[in-house]
Amino acid sequence: MGEDDHVLGDSGPLVVEYADLECPYCAKANLLLAELPVRRVFRHFPIVSKHPRARVLAHALEAAGMQGAFWEMHGSLLGDQGHLDDPHLWLRCEQLGLEVARFDADRRSEAVAERVERDFRSGLRAGVMTTPTLFVDGVAHPGVPAADLIARLSR
Amino acid sequence: MIEAGARAPDFSLSNQDGDTVALQDLKGQYSVLVFFPAAFSPVCTDQLSVYEEVLPDLRARNAALYGVSVDGAFALEAFQKSIGTTIPLLSDFHPKGEVAKAYDVWVPERGIATRALVLIGPDLDVLWTHQPPSPLEIPGANLIFDALDAVAA
Repeated sequence: MGEDDHVLGDSGPLVVEYADLECPYCAKANLLLAELPVRRVFRHFPIVSKHPRARVLAHALEAAGMQGAFWEMHGSLLGDQGHLDDPHLWLRCEQLGLEVARFDADRRSEAVAERVERDFRSGLRAGVMTTPTLFVDGVAHPGVPAADLIARLSR
Repeated sequence: MIEAGARAPDFSLSNQDGDTVALQDLKGQYSVLVFFPAAFSPVCTDQLSVYEEVLPDLRARNAALYGVSVDGAFALEAFQKSIGTTIPLLSDFHPKGEVAKAYDVWVPERGIATRALVLIGPDLDVLWTHQPPSPLEIPGANLIFDALDAVAA
């Protein structure tokens, strides 16, 4: 786990997740993980050829994080993947009480692009080939987490 | 499957647009033949989509990817569009699986090529190959970069 990783929860087994915010399977995995007593680390793995908005959304999520609303925006985006255009992003910002102008500047910044690219590269190095891919105890679990993994993480 | 050190078996196949791509065209560059079982299977879709994201890095290393399956060229054209990839897809359709057989990745009982990677060098020698234990397992893009590192060393 890295110093600037996005972490949710402070106890339970560690689950490192590579995900694409436009991917429906990631939305489903998010619902399953939200119910589990785990520590989650989120890393970006946007697959643009498949999901044209994936990288834009990854940048938007990082920008929301710079205003302290990473997981709120994460839940918002994955909770409704039917509204992912810019005006929808601005509306989401308003609903989360974020400064829209700052959000827009941040999401287009070099720092945010580099951050997302770094996550993506780390996923490639780890052999990630599908989203979502969860790592638990160093073992990769590609796809929506299966029932046995969910059961194991529920304990 | 074919092993590193062998001469790359010759081929001449139609790509998704009906243009011919032959082994001789790959001279002077590193080429990876990405054999995959079938267009439109969900696993292949992820494999080529992720590879698409690393094409600029591969280009910078004088390396190019070519998908190869036993699907017809028109099916490959539709598949290429549907997953938004620019990776050329070569049709090993007629005589069916001839190139898959030459590279020894043919699965006779299913009539398809198994999932495999073959790295061909600038002089058209096979430099590295990889076949996952199961065709459902997708070889990570990292394997291609590791292989390029190894042959450049």
